[in-house]
Amino acid sequence: MRACVVAIRRLAPIVVVACAACSGRMPALDPSGPQAARIATWWWIAFWVSVVVLALVLAFLLHTLARRRIAAAPASATHDPRVERRLVIGVSAAVGLSAVTLLVLLVSSIATGRALHDFGGADPLTVQVTGRQWWWDVEYWDPVPSQRVRTANEIHIPVGRPVLVKTRSSDVIHSFWVPGLHGKKDNIPGHGSSLVLQADRAGTFAGRCAEFCGVQHAHMQLLVIAEPPEVFEAWLQGQRTSAKAPTEGPARRGFEVFMSGPCALCHTVLGTPAGGRTGPDLTHLASRRTLAAGTVPNTPGHLAGWIIDPQGVKPGAQMPANSFDADDLSALLAFLGGLS
Amino acid sequence: MRAVAILACAALALVACQREQRRFSEVAPASGRPTHPTPQAQANPAEGNAWAVAQGKQLYRAYNCNGCHANGGGGMGPALMDATWLYGSAPDEVYTSIVQGRPNGMPAFGGRIPDQQVWQLVAYVRSMSGQVRVDIRPTRDDHMQVKESEQARRHDLPKPTAPGPSR
Amino acid sequence: MPVRRVGAPTTGEAAREALDRAALARAWATPPGWLGWLTSANHKSVALRYIVTAFGFFALGGVLAALMRLQLAHPESRLIGPDLYNQIFTMHGSTMMFLFAVPVMEAMGIYLVPLMIGTRNVAFPRMNNFGYWIYLAGGLMLWTSFVLNIGPDTGWFAYVPLSGPAYAPGKRVDIWAQLITFTEVAALVAAVEIVVTTLKMRCPGMSLNRMPLLVWAMLITAFMVIFAMPAIMAASTMLAMDRLVDTHFFNPAEGGDALLWQHLFWFFGHPEVYIIFIPATGFVSMIVSTFARRQIFGYPAMVLALIATGFLGFSLWVHHMFATGLPMLGESFFTAASMMIAIPSGLQVFCWLATLRGGRVVVRAPLLFALGFIALFVLGGLTGVMLAAVPFDLQAHDTYFVVAHFHYVLIGGALFPLLGAILFWLPKMCGRLPNERLGRWSFWVLFVGFNVTFFPMHLLGLGGMPRRVYTYATDAGFATGNAAASVGAVILTAGVLLFAANIAWTLRRGAPAGDNPWGGETLEWATSSPPPIYNFAYLPTVDGQAPLWSPHERPVVTGLRTDVREILITDAIDATPDHRQRLDGASIWPLLTAMAGTAGIVTALFTPWGVTIGALLLLVTLTGWFWPRAGHDHAEQAP
Repeated sequence: MRACVVAIRRLAPIVVVACAACSGRMPALDPSGPQAARIATWWWIAFWVSVVVLALVLAFLLHTLARRRIAAAPASATHDPRVERRLVIGVSAAVGLSAVTLLVLLVSSIATGRALHDFGGADPLTVQVTGRQWWWDVEYWDPVPSQRVRTANEIHIPVGRPVLVKTRSSDVIHSFWVPGLHGKKDNIPGHGSSLVLQADRAGTFAGRCAEFCGVQHAHMQLLVIAEPPEVFEAWLQGQRTSAKAPTEGPARRGFEVFMSGPCALCHTVLGTPAGGRTGPDLTHLASRRTLAAGTVPNTPGHLAGWIIDPQGVKPGAQMPANSFDADDLSALLAFLGGLS
Repeated sequence: MRAVAILACAALALVACQREQRRFSEVAPASGRPTHPTPQAQANPAEGNAWAVAQGKQLYRAYNCNGCHANGGGGMGPALMDATWLYGSAPDEVYTSIVQGRPNGMPAFGGRIPDQQVWQLVAYVRSMSGQVRVDIRPTRDDHMQVKESEQARRHDLPKPTAPGPSR
Repeated sequence: MPVRRVGAPTTGEAAREALDRAALARAWATPPGWLGWLTSANHKSVALRYIVTAFGFFALGGVLAALMRLQLAHPESRLIGPDLYNQIFTMHGSTMMFLFAVPVMEAMGIYLVPLMIGTRNVAFPRMNNFGYWIYLAGGLMLWTSFVLNIGPDTGWFAYVPLSGPAYAPGKRVDIWAQLITFTEVAALVAAVEIVVTTLKMRCPGMSLNRMPLLVWAMLITAFMVIFAMPAIMAASTMLAMDRLVDTHFFNPAEGGDALLWQHLFWFFGHPEVYIIFIPATGFVSMIVSTFARRQIFGYPAMVLALIATGFLGFSLWVHHMFATGLPMLGESFFTAASMMIAIPSGLQVFCWLATLRGGRVVVRAPLLFALGFIALFVLGGLTGVMLAAVPFDLQAHDTYFVVAHFHYVLIGGALFPLLGAILFWLPKMCGRLPNERLGRWSFWVLFVGFNVTFFPMHLLGLGGMPRRVYTYATDAGFATGNAAASVGAVILTAGVLLFAANIAWTLRRGAPAGDNPWGGETLEWATSSPPPIYNFAYLPTVDGQAPLWSPHERPVVTGLRTDVREILITDAIDATPDHRQRLDGASIWPLLTAMAGTAGIVTALFTPWGVTIGALLLLVTLTGWFWPRAGHDHAEQAP
């Protein structure tokens, strides 16, 4: 009975980890880029070392307990020198082995860290990500100012090319983290930092804020979408074009609602007079997959809900509740839906 | 002795609860643009609430009030942190100034800013001249400091009581 | 008394001892009734009060944890909103770290160290009383403010700028900053008591190399407290000043730095966890040696390991900041130090295992807790080594992997030994034996519940779940792990209730415990259970590490006055007798001083004049405290 309990206790953690890893729900251990791959490699070394160490310690402990004799003799302050010598050798060997193991882990960790740091090409794509309560302000840098692209909560990158992500913050400390591609880097106001990541396959990688930043830290996600280079270039070109103010139909009415209502006070739509800088840039809102920093999908229904009652979706978000009547709202949705 | 303690706790509870509440959502009107009912009383629902005053401070910058009023010292617009009030400094008077606008350049923000945010701005504006309780006033900004924090408002500044001449 | 003689005392000696005990009981007595309770200078009653209060805060912190697990059991749960949840996890961390973990460890030291070193009280009995009141005031302030919706909500480490004046409106963070003031003063008070008592009041013959390992652990912990606390006192004062009087310590736009906070906080914060862990190792050493029926293997190595851990603990703090973008070379140094500290900790584990191997083990409930500690602490330590590496830390930092790690080392590494220590010394404290079956049941339920709660969190962290989130998306893949953890929390709660039931049963129906029910080897087992208020009728002397296991008798100290509170001061290294010292008795001034300090600190929440008010009030009360007493040299009772 005791042995069964013991065996279960020792094996269960290993089994659970194995199952979960197989299910592939751990992006940090299922890397899609070279940076995350280096980290995962080091971790698997440390993991198996830990399993062995824990197993040895537990086995020794259980064996010691199993072979104890119920002693009637009182405790004594003197000991058998042969036993003592064996114990000295055992403890010294264990300490020595631990030191060597730790040294191996240390050296490999520093080597991995150096590789992470040195990674990057001569011409990375440069993206500045500014954390704000509670969304990501993304700007694609370009030496020509008119070629720069400003978007929110979604970063498209070309497959196979290093991307330099510069992390900034305009209010409190956030942390940019896309586990499938790299570790995290804090966005600290007053400090600029950066990391270089790369995706080796196309796909959508979830990211999130990883430093507690206030009431909606839980709903501050982002998406990194890796695409083949030509698809990426097409997307970037599309993002560089301004919107055009619609001239007829419900979209025109929606545009007027946008300009005369609260929206233009906080949001920018390039190509129209709306130039607010408080909230995300909406010029290409319809091309994004999510709203409210990954909280809800970008569908007309969710968009309507977000506009009318953002506090119901994300209580504490900076976007205020807006009231529009049904006609105005559907016109506004038509206008926003055209901003692709 | 016990009764005194209970009463003290109850008093503390009333005061503290109100100051610290985070009122994220107000009930939006059923339809139409933001409406701004005529403020009935002199009281500001946001004034006893530290979070609301802090939100007002963020909105002041977001809606570019500092474009004309600087950080309270004024420029194109009048100073907001002194004791001179052209249209009155009572909460309902400041509210009306924001919602309806005023001659000589103050835009009307009615219909553009939700009512809850107007009250937050009212509370912040009044805090600039020291008219909000000390423990509720926002403290200094994490930006370049061009004025003292509202917390440091001097108590010997004359408190405005009646509105000045209206134009 | 076993330390005194072989065979029955002569009639004359017995009569003299009875007279001496009666005189000592009068000299060391606490005034009766509630006045005595408020003014007590008895280290045991103050320490017991401290321990009970700390466990009260533990229960409150546990309720908060249960609320968090309830909220996180389902994705997108609307049970608790984000604002309340932020207050809850901040209160949970602050309560457990500042109001439970450190105070309870120090309180165990205040109770046990004088008994283990063979003296009658701590070095400064009235300051000990003051330390309790100031701690209680801080705890009451924090919890009252939580009930009033002013509970802090920016995390137990309150990073700026989130906790700064611009982004944390109201008084919530100010309450947190002043909590630090209260609890750090209390911690420093207890630390000074332990250092001075241990170095100057050991019984003759107890040189440093004959001190019990628990006393070594407490001494090193106390030194760590003295060196670590100033960093957080400075940081919290700077934060309070930024918020109240417009300073710019942490404002980057005016020359301050948000990272300065993190350095100052973690320079305290990392030693803090060793302050919690090292006393636990002391408990484990005492429990293992008693139940393995042999002294701990490798005493010099154990002492050096404790000292090394204490020193190295101060060189690790940047491992909490690996994601902030500090230079790689600097970070590598902290990786090396963080891995290196595993060596002395590992050495301790190997020595305990060797003790068990070379001894004749008798398994009782306290030993089960020590064994559970070994299993859980090794696991937690191994995930700590993983986190020490910068590359992996960049993935796991601020995720549930870290939550799992620190709960393994704090609950497994500190709470389990503490619970074992409570069961171990409960007979000494209250004179009754705990229920062995309830003890074993509570251990197993706690062990299983703990693992079911916290092991899945490793997987959640690797799966991408960050810390301090009030909810998570349905499609994020965190639902199973969270549900499992929440089920585990129920089991864990059951275990805690079973343990509490054992304590309640013991106090009511436990069998009377003799002086030494477990057959321990240190001096606290040489007096009655519970000890008389004066601890020992005659102070013992020792000539080895295990005085109660040595085959020969030792002389006792005679000649100290029994009509006044007189103790023996000895040399710091060799414990040779130096001189006698008169200690003070019960006094109301510590309570009044604590009230004055509280008034000043709480007023300082609202206005800087609070500092002035507090200083003036303290001037009055400290004058009363230190007023020279007429007739101090006569045999008079202090009021």
